[in-house]
Amino acid sequence: MTPIQITRAADDAENTDPKAHRSMSVPVDLQKVRARLEQQGGPQVWRSLEAVAETTEFKDYLHREFPTNASEWLDPVGRRSFMKLMSASMALAGVTACTVQPTELIVPYVRQPEEVIPGKPLFFATAMTLGGVASGVLVESHEGRPTKIEGNPDHPASQGATDLFTQGSVLTLYDPDRSQTITQLGEIRPWSAVIAAVRGGLSAQSGSKGAGLRILTETVNSPTLAAQIQQVLQLQPNAKWIQWEPLPRDNARAGARTAFGEYLEPVYDLSKADVILSLDADFLASEGASNLRYARQFAGRRRVEDSADNLNRLYVVESNHSVTGGRADNRLPLKSSQVEAFARAVAQQAGVAGVTGSAPAGSEPYADAVAKDLMAHRGRAVVMAGDSQPPAVHAIAHALNAAIGAAGATVSYLPTPEVVPTEQHAALRELVTEIEAGRVQMLVIIGESNPVLSAPADFKFAEAMSKVALRIHSGLFADETATLSHWHVPSAHYLEAWGDGRSFDGTVSIVQPLIQPLYGGKSAHELIATLSDRPERNGYDVVREYWTSAKVPGATAAVAVAAATPIAVTPAPASAPATPATTTVAAPPAAPPTAVEAFEKNWRKWLHDGFIAGTAFAPSAPMLAPDVATRITAGAVVDGLEINFRRDETIYDGRFANNGWLQELPKPVTKLTWDNAALIGPSTAEANHLQTGDIVAIQHDGRTLNVPVWITPGHAKDAITLSVGYGRTKAGRVGNGCGFNTYALRGSTAPWFGAATITKTGETYDLVGTQDHWSIEGRNIIRSATLEEFKAKPTFVKEMEHLVLDKRISLYADKEYKGDQWGMAIDMNACTGCSACIIACVAENNIPVVGKAQVKRNREMHWLRIDRYFAGNLDTPDTYYQPMPCQQCENAPCEVVCPVAATVHSDEGLNDMVYNRCVGTRYCSNNCPWKVRRFNFLLFADFNTPQFKLQRNPDVTVRSRGIMEKCTYCVQRINAARIQAKREDRSIRDGEVVTACQAVCPTEAIVFGNINDPNSRVAKLKSSPRNYTTLEDLNTRPRTTYLAAVRNPNPALPSNPMVGGHHAATESHEPAAPGGGH
Amino acid sequence: MSQVFPKSANAWSKASVLAIVFVLLGLGWVVLTIQRSDFVTSANQFVEQPVQFSHQHHAGGVGIDCRYCHTAVEVSASAGIPPTKTCINCHSQIWSTSSYLEPVRASFRDDKPLNWVRVHDLPDFVYFNHSIHVTKGVGCETCHGRVDKMPLMIQKVSLQMEWCLNCHRDPAQFVRPRDQITTMGYQPAMAQAELGPRLVKEYKIAGLEHMTSCSVCHR
Repeated sequence: MTPIQITRAADDAENTDPKAHRSMSVPVDLQKVRARLEQQGGPQVWRSLEAVAETTEFKDYLHREFPTNASEWLDPVGRRSFMKLMSASMALAGVTACTVQPTELIVPYVRQPEEVIPGKPLFFATAMTLGGVASGVLVESHEGRPTKIEGNPDHPASQGATDLFTQGSVLTLYDPDRSQTITQLGEIRPWSAVIAAVRGGLSAQSGSKGAGLRILTETVNSPTLAAQIQQVLQLQPNAKWIQWEPLPRDNARAGARTAFGEYLEPVYDLSKADVILSLDADFLASEGASNLRYARQFAGRRRVEDSADNLNRLYVVESNHSVTGGRADNRLPLKSSQVEAFARAVAQQAGVAGVTGSAPAGSEPYADAVAKDLMAHRGRAVVMAGDSQPPAVHAIAHALNAAIGAAGATVSYLPTPEVVPTEQHAALRELVTEIEAGRVQMLVIIGESNPVLSAPADFKFAEAMSKVALRIHSGLFADETATLSHWHVPSAHYLEAWGDGRSFDGTVSIVQPLIQPLYGGKSAHELIATLSDRPERNGYDVVREYWTSAKVPGATAAVAVAAATPIAVTPAPASAPATPATTTVAAPPAAPPTAVEAFEKNWRKWLHDGFIAGTAFAPSAPMLAPDVATRITAGAVVDGLEINFRRDETIYDGRFANNGWLQELPKPVTKLTWDNAALIGPSTAEANHLQTGDIVAIQHDGRTLNVPVWITPGHAKDAITLSVGYGRTKAGRVGNGCGFNTYALRGSTAPWFGAATITKTGETYDLVGTQDHWSIEGRNIIRSATLEEFKAKPTFVKEMEHLVLDKRISLYADKEYKGDQWGMAIDMNACTGCSACIIACVAENNIPVVGKAQVKRNREMHWLRIDRYFAGNLDTPDTYYQPMPCQQCENAPCEVVCPVAATVHSDEGLNDMVYNRCVGTRYCSNNCPWKVRRFNFLLFADFNTPQFKLQRNPDVTVRSRGIMEKCTYCVQRINAARIQAKREDRSIRDGEVVTACQAVCPTEAIVFGNINDPNSRVAKLKSSPRNYTTLEDLNTRPRTTYLAAVRNPNPALPSNPMVGGHHAATESHEPAAPGGGH
Repeated sequence: MSQVFPKSANAWSKASVLAIVFVLLGLGWVVLTIQRSDFVTSANQFVEQPVQFSHQHHAGGVGIDCRYCHTAVEVSASAGIPPTKTCINCHSQIWSTSSYLEPVRASFRDDKPLNWVRVHDLPDFVYFNHSIHVTKGVGCETCHGRVDKMPLMIQKVSLQMEWCLNCHRDPAQFVRPRDQITTMGYQPAMAQAELGPRLVKEYKIAGLEHMTSCSVCHR
């Protein structure tokens, strides 16, 4: 064997190491897992089935700091070749320090814009629309480069928080894979050619008044865009406008229409709800008009500080284990098709006239208890139905809400934020039929709905679309739909274009651009304008013109007077804003200049505030149809195996497939990254002899798809959940080839759930999850109690200490911490595990994406992770989420082992990481009990792509390879606040330093501040009886502490035992492996 | 058989032991000297600029205050390089036809920024903030030297970390009253040994532990 061969062999081992599959390839005996979970002294909380089963592979995995070949060279031959290579590198290593700094240029402005101060970011208010609902944001701009998105605290939907899609959207803006040129059949063309093509297409339609024209958009919540389209429809009366969202909310609409006779959107006030029943509604994360607001309200009712406080109680009935399900006090896994029966049983007990039914077998006590609880809290309870549930369940939920006095108290009814609500499935089906009938000659597709990918498979949309004579597509990416179009026009990202949009309560935000279109993109307004009688208009003029003439309640009166309407707004009757009577202000006739001035004043205020005050809908008090019970058409229960389609938790409906941040984000419950999978419950796995990673062929409605399975504890029996949006072929370099295209399986007859059969193919697939990464090795750092237990003993967390420490005993000299001392408190009772904080941290701190292969080797770089623990039995476990940033220990074990003092303590109690000193020994990571340090094994940061340079936060170093890094408590934000305070000769105010994770959190679970200030929020939380330190017996004195979870399960129902305490092991009592001490 | 080594070899060998020590020390000195030399630090080296702007003329001769151009120095990390507009404020009136200033006029005319070459170039992992230094009484001159005597801007100090720490460890040596920040050729009104500690106290300049914490400059 020559050394060269040896080297290659070692490389191969690194790349195709069979042991890296370990947690996937070895069968987990679920019987054994159940037995272990039930036995006395078994693990209380656990992260994965592999951990509970204690497979030898898991132990081996645990033993290793990093997977095979990453941490050590045990093979002597490998070691020798390693030495040869390294001696050469070492000889040259010192030389790298000799590079002369390259010449840098300073490029000042020619004319510096007002308010721009080099080195100081500006924040602009705008709004992001997703799924037809806008949410207000503030965008941080460094000299014209948007780098980070924060929530708009004044906006009703955001209240200062954002979700993970909004956080990730800034990366999509800079995505180098976005389409960059207008193309006609692949040839680069100018914008004028597009206009000419559109005008040509229209003139061909002039005889038939646009009978062959179809416009397909996403759900439109933009009053301006809707007005523009309606103007086009006035010019072309026979043309049609179709709205298509891959996961449309048709069921919710139909349910509302059954109950009230009109389209109405229920909006919940969870701050008033003592009891919440979610019928498959993931309202905390992915569903509903405003999950950020709901999460804030929900968490507001989960704070208990003393025995007088009360908690709300959340019941969740669902098939998949969702984020919301993880926060349930009592969760009932049920097939989606059985939820209706359950809802009927509850409704019958709660006295909804005419609705009868018996709960599915086994769930009767649950239905009984829920109904009693709902009735016992009349006017303080609420029932929510999920988008995936059939209209019947929505109608029953409306009837239930009326019966328990929720309507008007905890739920109000508003018009939908979309301007013209439609039945989207029906509309798309009609489009396909018309194309097939040859009635469509010109199809204009605008937006990210990507119908070629996302249309129900039985529509055969791609086939039909190819029959249209002129196909024009505009989107951010040259995606599957663009490929089948004649013309493709790059879209402007929402951070690049003018626009507007309504949020869940009707509040309108003007969307203002932060940057010129990077790739010459055109906004939807500009593209629709080409269809109108004024084809060459820019978005700014269009939006301004609309709002110049629009009636805005509360705006300066002159505007209302100047309301000559060039663009008519003809909203559908059902969605007409219930304009308060106060709008018809009897303003004196104003001279035109005054009107212009008044508009300018209003416009500036709207842009500044990020929304137009007074545009919220007034709630209506709809009458429940008296014959609602008879109008509800019962759905069929799926016998046998049921298949469910869901929006993906991280890449939405596939539109974020090319977003590396979101692809790499572990999905909140499963912790799966870079793929989707068929999620099944442990019982289904046992019945079908399946293991995580086994590929099954799923047959549904005559279609077949091969997908690997992932066993999810808590998933309903006999049900499979597939998330959509993966398996893309035209997403871009990041998203192509990730996961499996489940749209191919999804039909129009069962868009959310239906019957399916599965066959084991015998093949396996490498699914990469992070649930076992950064293991705490069996030490239980989760503590919880029921509300009763808490009330009886508010100090329960203290009694769960391993041993009571005399804090004075320490090898280190005691240090007195004076002045500002930073600390963090994380409320596990508020955290929903939504994971927006991780993406916020990634965006703020320039954290690189490493890719699936590297995640498999434990090399993901997220400074903040959310550990998801299950507790209790396999089929209905409790779930705990624990965000885990650097604990910023006062006696930091990482500091004493660093040979080059690259990690040292600051006087403000921060455990500083000094990148320029780090030589990459990784001793610090080895010595960290919480495993929060991240090492750049390779050059993960992209130093070359110019677009990504624009995105980076200029206040944080971009790390190169060989460097250790970790959470800094956002030291750049601390420094900025400190410098500001010192300049003003004052101390830093509480709340002035907000870490990125804290800022984004919808539930305010993370609180940061000065622990030396007894009046700071963080100090108050740390004095809460629920406050505890993880691994306190190590006496490292972490600055990050946790507030224990207090759950409120219904005593009438079985529940899992609470967790915590010194006799509580998680995965294992034994040492992971002999000598495995890290 | 005669001895291989003459008797003097004893002396030579003893001397060479000593010599090795001196050679090693000398080598160390050479390395450190090179490391601190202008060759490595780029101090005192003239850099050609798109326009050979003279601080000597503008700040020294005409007497324009530093902050007329470097407007952000009191509020931002960056002192701010003036936009072309600032040059044109005056040079639309004076020297408005000078061929020397053609690049400036071209920049303004064509809306193309001037590309100045950075003279004071800190490594990218250092986050220096002008505003806090100015607020705490560190004069422009302390770091940038007698700018009013520089026909072309040069870096006067090493900008190495030991140089930063020289002040961060004992700012009393260098601080001056705030109203003297932009003064060139500043002379303390009293002995610096007396004035320095007084100003450190008055301006609430943080103590040694804070000023030498890594995250104050590195993040």
